Amino acid sequence: MTDFNEIKETLVGCDEPKLVQLVNDALEQKIPAVDILNKGLIAGMDIVGEKMENEEMFIPEVLMAAQAMSSCVKVLKPLLSDDDSAGGGTVVIGTVKGDLHDIGKNLVGMMIESGGMTVHNLGVDVSPQQFVEQAQEKNANIICLSALLTTTMPMMKQTIDAVAESGLRDKVKIMVGGAPVTQAFADKIGADGFAADAGSAVKAAKAFIL
Amino acid sequence: MFEVIGERINTSRKNVQTAVADRNSAYIQDDVKKQLDAGSNYIDVNAGARIGHEDEDMKWLLDTIQPISTVPLCLDSPDPVILEMAFKMVEKTPMINSISLEKKRFEAMIPFLKGKNCKIIGLCMDDAGMPSSSEDIIARAEKLVKELENIGSNQDSIYLDPLVQPISTDSEKGTTVLNAVRSIKNKFPKVHITGGLSNISYGLPQRKIINRTFVALMMEAGMDSAIIDPLDSAIMATIKTADMLLGNDNFCGNYLKGVRAGAILS
Repeated sequence: MTDFNEIKETLVGCDEPKLVQLVNDALEQKIPAVDILNKGLIAGMDIVGEKMENEEMFIPEVLMAAQAMSSCVKVLKPLLSDDDSAGGGTVVIGTVKGDLHDIGKNLVGMMIESGGMTVHNLGVDVSPQQFVEQAQEKNANIICLSALLTTTMPMMKQTIDAVAESGLRDKVKIMVGGAPVTQAFADKIGADGFAADAGSAVKAAKAFIL
Repeated sequence: MFEVIGERINTSRKNVQTAVADRNSAYIQDDVKKQLDAGSNYIDVNAGARIGHEDEDMKWLLDTIQPISTVPLCLDSPDPVILEMAFKMVEKTPMINSISLEKKRFEAMIPFLKGKNCKIIGLCMDDAGMPSSSEDIIARAEKLVKELENIGSNQDSIYLDPLVQPISTDSEKGTTVLNAVRSIKNKFPKVHITGGLSNISYGLPQRKIINRTFVALMMEAGMDSAIIDPLDSAIMATIKTADMLLGNDNFCGNYLKGVRAGAILS
């Protein structure tokens, strides 16, 4: 196997049994697990993210692809060194205080994780203080904030302000998203990035890490 | 009778926000008239999106809409101070959108609602977040009914929103809500079921066919109100047709009226 096209295509096609088979075949051919992960699965999820952004693939298919990928990562995990799996950066993600919506936030977290980063999902109703503490504790590169209500959008700014007060602001990039959130709002509150969907979120997160 | 709550006067919609910022009363009145012509039973008014301006925006919207609205308004805000002000301004008994079981919101809303003669939308949401199962929705519905009865609301004034969630994230999300609605209507036949529907289709293409099909299924389960865009003529036609099929339209009168008015097409 000189390239990973078949793995990528099978992942995009959401065929989990075939994908697991292909990964096992590749391991038998002595292809390093780290290459299968990075050049096959993560590269495949990049395509999935792009197709999602272009509305060629939809949430249920993205979930299927992520599930297929996750089964393969289970196969690869024992063969990966800590260095192999820690290269992608660390993200803490959560829905801001006062807001209990989690579907979009979980989807973004899952896609970023599938993109090869370590994701700490803090859940919903996360206070600015919790974001700061967790970002410090996990040594995060990126903080992702979600809000689904116009009434909780101001909490995004409060969270960003709390990060600034904590002295962490230079060490992390902050991304915001959620149905009522716009690029203009992101600019206004001093966020570093905005994404309209999970596909573009993973792209933006990767751009910050590279 | 199925009750349509027209959702268009909401400052999170770009055109409405611009009209409100510019104090363009002609735009707002024209939009309301269209919603009334389309058969709205309530006009929802939400002034929350221009942060820091909710009080003045709500006042202006009510002053603008009230003279022309032939139906009651649905006052849409999480803030009891805004609601108290709005409640004093309206002539027809309003609907309040909304209370939930989230502790802060609940405790703020109860003193406002106590002793008031109004309809109230109750969201089946608590501090644990969105409901994750039919049982979750039912338990929250029971709690809301009990709490609202405790402050003097009768069941006919209570409109429960079971909180529809995207089927794209979990294939069971449709049946979860449908089963919950059936069970709630069984326990509390006089309580109304309302809510937005478009969440069901989030993340999928061709959303309107999903929304339309779902409203018909929800009506069979017991939904008798919805917060929708009444200018979406296809969903309005589906609602009228489903209402007839469910035995709520004597001699098919409303259906035939809709057809003759050109509002219902095959």
